Formats: sequence, C-alpha cells, structure tokens
Amino acid sequence: MSDKYEFVENAVGRRVPKIVNGKAQTPFQGVAKYKPTGNRVAPPIRSCNDYPLDGNKIVPSIKDALVKAGIRDGMVISSHHHFRNGDLIMNQVFDAAAELGVKELMWFPSAAFPCHAPIIKHLDNGVIHHIEGSLNGPLGKYTSEGKMRGLAVLRSHGGRWQAVQDGEVHIDIAIIAAPTADSFGNATGDRGPSACGLLGFGLVDSLYADNVIVVTDNLVPFPCIPWQIQGQNVDSVVVLDKVGEPEKIVSGTTAITKSPDRLYIAELTAKFVRAAGIMQDGFSFQGGAGGTSLAFAIYLKEMMKAAGVKARFVRGGSTKYLVEMLEEGLTDYILDGQTFDLDGVRSMRENPGHVNTSPFTSYNWHGKGNFASMVDVVVLGATEVDVNFNANVVTHSDGQMLHGIGGWQNCLFSKCTILPIPAFRDRIPVIVDEVTTLVGPGELIDVIVTERGIAINPLRQDLLGATKGSGLPIRPIEEIKAEIDDLVGGAPEKPEFTDEPIGIVKWVDGTVIDTIFKVKPKVS
Amino acid sequence: MSKSIFTAGPTGEKIRSDCRVSYQSGSKPLNIQVNSKVDVLFGNSLKILVTDCLNQLGITSGDFVLDDFGALPWVIQARIETVIKRAKPDVATEILPEMKKHCLYGTTREHFRRSRLYLPGNQPKLMLNAGIHKPDGVILDLEDAVPPGEKDAARYLVRNALRTLDFFGAERMVRINQGQRGLDDLAFLVPHNVHLILIPKVESAAQVKAVDEQVAAIMKATDRTEPVYFMPILESGRGILKALEVAEASPHNVALAIGLEDYTADIGTQRTVEGRESFFARSMLVNAARAAGIQAIDTVFSDVNDDTGLRQSVQEAKAMGFDGKGCIHPRQIQPIHEAFAPTTEEIEKAKKIVVAADEAEQQGLGVVALGSKMIDPPVVKRAMRTIKLAIDTGIIPANWRQEGNH
Repeated sequence: MSDKYEFVENAVGRRVPKIVNGKAQTPFQGVAKYKPTGNRVAPPIRSCNDYPLDGNKIVPSIKDALVKAGIRDGMVISSHHHFRNGDLIMNQVFDAAAELGVKELMWFPSAAFPCHAPIIKHLDNGVIHHIEGSLNGPLGKYTSEGKMRGLAVLRSHGGRWQAVQDGEVHIDIAIIAAPTADSFGNATGDRGPSACGLLGFGLVDSLYADNVIVVTDNLVPFPCIPWQIQGQNVDSVVVLDKVGEPEKIVSGTTAITKSPDRLYIAELTAKFVRAAGIMQDGFSFQGGAGGTSLAFAIYLKEMMKAAGVKARFVRGGSTKYLVEMLEEGLTDYILDGQTFDLDGVRSMRENPGHVNTSPFTSYNWHGKGNFASMVDVVVLGATEVDVNFNANVVTHSDGQMLHGIGGWQNCLFSKCTILPIPAFRDRIPVIVDEVTTLVGPGELIDVIVTERGIAINPLRQDLLGATKGSGLPIRPIEEIKAEIDDLVGGAPEKPEFTDEPIGIVKWVDGTVIDTIFKVKPKVS
Repeated sequence: MSKSIFTAGPTGEKIRSDCRVSYQSGSKPLNIQVNSKVDVLFGNSLKILVTDCLNQLGITSGDFVLDDFGALPWVIQARIETVIKRAKPDVATEILPEMKKHCLYGTTREHFRRSRLYLPGNQPKLMLNAGIHKPDGVILDLEDAVPPGEKDAARYLVRNALRTLDFFGAERMVRINQGQRGLDDLAFLVPHNVHLILIPKVESAAQVKAVDEQVAAIMKATDRTEPVYFMPILESGRGILKALEVAEASPHNVALAIGLEDYTADIGTQRTVEGRESFFARSMLVNAARAAGIQAIDTVFSDVNDDTGLRQSVQEAKAMGFDGKGCIHPRQIQPIHEAFAPTTEEIEKAKKIVVAADEAEQQGLGVVALGSKMIDPPVVKRAMRTIKLAIDTGIIPANWRQEGNH
C-alpha cells in the first residue's frame, strides 16, 4: 500500500507524502518560511433575484436542502463543532445523503466527536470517502486502524480558515448548526435552547462555500440579532425539533481538576507567570478548557487580585471563571473563540466586553496579522514533549491518533507559550527523546511545567534570567526526563510503524509538518 | 492438592497505575500470560520482569496472569510477591527492588512535623507524587487505611515504596498495625530506611517498649545504625490518662499524636466542630509531650473541601500548643504550613533574640542579653526554631541577617 505514496523529507526531518487525497502538498519549510502567493478564492456570484423576495428561505427538511444545493458524488460537506459532543445534525445529514444515493463525499468538520460514531457506517458503505478535520474518539480510532480510504488531514483552527480561503479545500455545501436563526438565514449561537455561544468556526464556511444551509431549532422572526452568521451568505434554512443536546454542548470539560498533582502544576504555572514579570497591568493571557488550564486561571486571578493587576484582554475558551474575571473588573475584554459553559453563553449575551471572535481574527496565518502573536502568555496541553521542546497533541506515545489540533498550533505564537503537563501518565513518560508526531516546533515552545519541575527552553534566556532566584523549581528538561525514566523503570520501547500513512498534520501555513503512520500490530 | 486460584491487586473498573495478578498452582510447566495497557511501550520489559520475579520465588509450574494498567515495576513486583505467597505461604524469598539513592536521606529528632500526609499502604497510585507536595512527613499506612484482607499486600508495597520512591525530603513514616501484627510489620520497614514508626492505640509504656525492642533486634540483625523514631498515638481514655508514661517510654519517642475519631468513640461521644469533648485530652497530650521534651501532634482534619475550617482548626491547634496536624489530602499541606507559620511579631522578637545570641557568641559571652533582660537558652533555641520555620514557609529569606532588616 505504501507505494501509493511518495515521500519527501521536510525542514524538520519528517517524511511527508507529496500527494494527499489527490492534492499536491508543500512540505513544511520552517516556522515562518513559506510565502503564499496569488489570491484568495471566492464563492460564485449570486443574484438576489434567485432568492425569495420575502426573505423566507425555509425548506422542509435536511434532505430537501441537500437536493436544492445540488448534492452529488464527491462533494465536500462542511460543518462546525460548536455543538461539540451534543451535535444531532451531522449524523442526519449523512443519513440523508445515503438515502439520496450519494457517494464519495468528503466531510470537512472543524472537529468530529464521539457522538459522530454512527458516521463510521457511511465511511464503510462509501457515502463518505474520507474526513479532513480533528478526529476525536471512535473516528480517530477507526482512522488509526487504517480503515479510512483517504488520509486524515489534521489542521489547526487557523489552518482550516487558511485552507478554505487559499482554495486548498473547496466547500460545496456548508451545514451551519445554529441555536437561533431567522428564515432569511441570519443566525446566532448566543441564545436558544441549544445555545453554544458563538459560531466562529462556521464563519469561513458561510463566506466561502458554494451553498450554505442553516439548521436551527429556534426560529425567530426576522431579524435574528445579533447576526453572527449573515443571511446574505445563506441559501436555505431548515427547522428541526432539536439540533443539539445542550448538556453535551456545554460539556464537562469545564470541571476544574480535583487531582492534587494537576492543581499543583496549575499553581506552579501561575507562579511562573508572576515570577517572569508577565503578570503586569494591561497584560493578556489565553486559557483553555482543560482542567489544568482552568485551575491556572483561578490561581492567576488570585495573584492578580493580590498584586492589584488588571488584564487588558483574555483569550478564551470562555468559562465561568473567565466571566468572573470580566465581571469583577480583572480584565477589560474576553476575546472568545468558543464558549465552554452556560456562564460564558450568558456573558456573551450580556457583557459588551465579552466579544466573539473567529479563526480569521484570532488565528489565520495568511491574513494581515492575527491575535495569536499579541497574547502575552498562553497555557496549552500536550501528549508528549521532547528534549528539544517539540510537542505532540495528536497521537499518543503508542502511536494511536486520538486528538485534534484545535487552536493549539496557532496559540504557539504567543509571546510566552507554556505547557503545563504531568511528567508521566500511569507508566508513560511525557518527556521523550523525540515526539511520535511533531505538531509544534520546539522553537515556539518556551516553558514546560510539570509536577517534577519547570523546564525553560534554552532559546529563552530572557525567561531563564527573569526567573533566576525566584525559588521556583527550574531544571533542565533532560534532568526531569531522567528522573521520570528512572521512576517508570527505564525509557519505554517505541511503537513500530508500517510505511502506510493514515493522516498528515498541517502547519498553520498549509504546509505538511508530519505524517501519522499506522502502527504495526505487536507480535507477542 | 488445592487448585484454587489466588489473586492480588485491585478489582473493578478504572484501575490506573496498578495491576492485578493471579496464580494457580499445577503440575504443568509454568505458563505466563501478560496483558498490559502499555504493552506497546513496555511489553518486553514487563515479560522480563515477571519471569524474573517468578524465577526468584522458585515458581516453575502453574498458571500466572498479569493484567497491567500502567503499574510501575516495584508495584508489579509487590503484587507478584503477594499472590505467590498467598498461594505458597512457605516461600520465604523477598523480591526487593533496588534501593534508590534518593531513599537514603535521614531525619532528625527536631524535624518539623507540622504536616504528615496519610497514604493508604495498598494504594500505590497515591504514593507516586506524594513527595512533590512537600509535606513534612509522609505516612505509609498499614493500619486503618488497609482492609484486613490486604494487610500482606500493603507490607510488600510499603517496603518497595520505601526502597524506590523519592519523597523529596519528607520524613518517611509508617503507621504499623496494633499488637503482634504491628511488631511483625517492623521487619518490612526497619531495614528499608523508615524514619519514624507511628504506633497506634497506645495505652501503656509497655507497648512502646515492645516496639523499641523489636526495632533494636532488627537493627542489630541488619546492621542499621541510624535510629528509628517513634510517634505513639493516643486514641482512648486510658491512653490519654497514661500520656506522660507513654511519652517517656522510649528515648526514641520524638512526638505524641492524638487520634480523635477513636478517642471520642471510646469516651462515648462524637466529634464536634467546637471540640469541647476533646479539650481535656488534647491539653493533657500537649502537657505530657512537653514534659517529656517531645512534639505534640494534633489529629487529622477530615473535610478536604473545607479550607477555612482547616485553617481555623490549625490556628486552634497552634494556640493549644500543638506542633503539627495530620492531613488526608495533599491540598491540606500548604494551608497547614501557613497556619503554623510564626506571626510577624513572633518573627521580629525571634530575630532580636537570635541576633543577640550571635553577638554574645562572637564576644565570647556565656549569657545572652536583650537590653537589660537575660535570655534563657531554651528561649534562644525556640527563637532559632521560629526563624527556621519562617524561612521554611517563605516569610523571610534565608539570608535575612544580611538585609539589615533586623
């Protein structure tokens, strides 16, 4: 099977395929080396004369909308993941496509979740050829086992926008799940029974797709205000009884960790930020929704209060904890990329300082700037980090592809990127000689905070200097690695890979930074 | 010949950092099966480890199964030793993991014992990172935290933990069982650099002396020279009334602790937040400990979610004269240390005394004086301890003398 692919070595020494899913690829050339040329793509010109003058674009069902959109074999169907594991729409979309006898579709979600496991049958029966998007849970496992026909193409949130605007991915039909919409297609995520906050991940789809279908369970009379998605980009509107399961939309990811070790790591991270002099009046930070990131925000908040320091803006993943900071006056703004709980949703409705953003404003590498590099400090997770500070978020040390990239790669451009991670999980060390999959180059990763100490990238002599004498447990990364290898009884064996790729990892500029190969079954 | 299957290790779902083993004796050559969640990464070394352990234990026949959920090698070794000794009680060989260098540090009589973190002896997962939270001591518990059927397993696990895990300077304590079982526990501890033995339910000097003698015998047999210290726990009306006798029972006693759950049950009442029912007992214990020149240690605070309550409870313990408090969760350690930290006034006074003592020493004077007041040696010693505590809690820098702020 490997003769299907021809490989080249990219700038970080990784073997990457020249052609993926029928498209020629550019190998990664270095962090800021690749220069794009040409123009962005544009959707076809339409005439309002072809749309109802009364603005009513409602069609009776998803199937009707797909037929109206001219669905046919080989098309690209996109969706956003603001409903996370509570999405009820995409399974219906592909069931409808199957009923229409359509084959060889490409699904282009911003992310897929365990709730999308039923879609496996459409990969098996040929309705879907392959998926390009973050694959969490059963779809990730399916792909890891080499069962999907095409390759998984993993992109960051910013990379997905870049791929669409640069014409790497042409969306034929965009499905925009909307908690509230009017019959014209204006839509918002900040209200309605399935409220999810904002719809930023679907914005690019609405702007560039040939055909845009808004699906809602909360139809309001025109105008739907605010209109996060504008009806001028929308072809048809479908009204269902229920588009999502609210309790899974705003999911359990926002629970603060109870693990004493993770809390310790979070506290240490906040202390580092303070000691490094980052926590100053007018600073900015980004916190995610993982338990450790949430705890970090809480510790940082206490330190900010104690020091009388206020942030100018906080990038979210908004949660109750960031909302509290906003409402207590500890930050002027929340620039929100996705809303993780109901407090976040409420705040987005009520607080003018809680602003919705998109991967264009925040993360797009092929734009005239973005917010990512303006943030003073960002805390992110990782499955593995190597002694050169390269990090992995998509595969585990045993080679299984289990996670998407999210905004992770985009956030690495922050002025200080910190990965607070446990030094080992069960028996598996997190610091390794070489990451299984290289998703983030070490030159962008500044600090690793573990329960066994803090490692600062030697490229950041400024941070090493600023935290000298701080009393924090700052140690060389090799020393922490040696301690953990000793604890777990020696560094682990490596999985053996076949020469058969199952996916590729794109860098933020659309080049290919690494390949995920299928693991060889272990012979006992 | 019995063919029953023996097992060891946790049962149920969601096991992490631990493993389950089973063994059935039989006449056929030994059959080893290894299933592991981390097979891809540790499969080969696991097989070598299992084969090696069974070899050492002299097992050449029967069926052995390991179900591993990411256990560390010393845990797997302890589980194997447990199951084989359950199946063959006459096997005497011990499977001892290598004694790590970081397990060889010592302690002192005066070691701070503000916080001591209880860790159930049969739950290795909780032990792995216990030291990073910097308690003054970790207690590997063989007594109440371990169900009766797991006492054997806990001994092997605790022994192996003492030989393997870095507790980062925390005093290495073990709470033994009551009575003869407790005396038998000592063979699994004393040769492995245990620092301090907590003796439960003590009601007489004889109980402490029995431990003392047993420890002395093992030390002699194993050439251990560093002392093993004791912390008797008083948990009954009789124990409290014998507090002084117990405190003075051994030269190796360094602290006396109170266990209020059992004490209140013993005197026929229940614990309350105000704690009036235990005021006498706690005060008695503090006085006995002081009379014997050792530390007084308060009971555990059992509501891990009540940070305010914990801090109040420590303040009260400190006011009563206690030097430390038990913890059942790592997040309790920092609040305890903060609450036991000396106040600004205490520190300022201590600084003056220490500086005066320094000057007296430099001038070769035998007597320390502050202004026109003579300072007794115990007061100087106490002041030095206050300063050490203040430095340790991060209130004043270690080089406070150079900053001219005294």
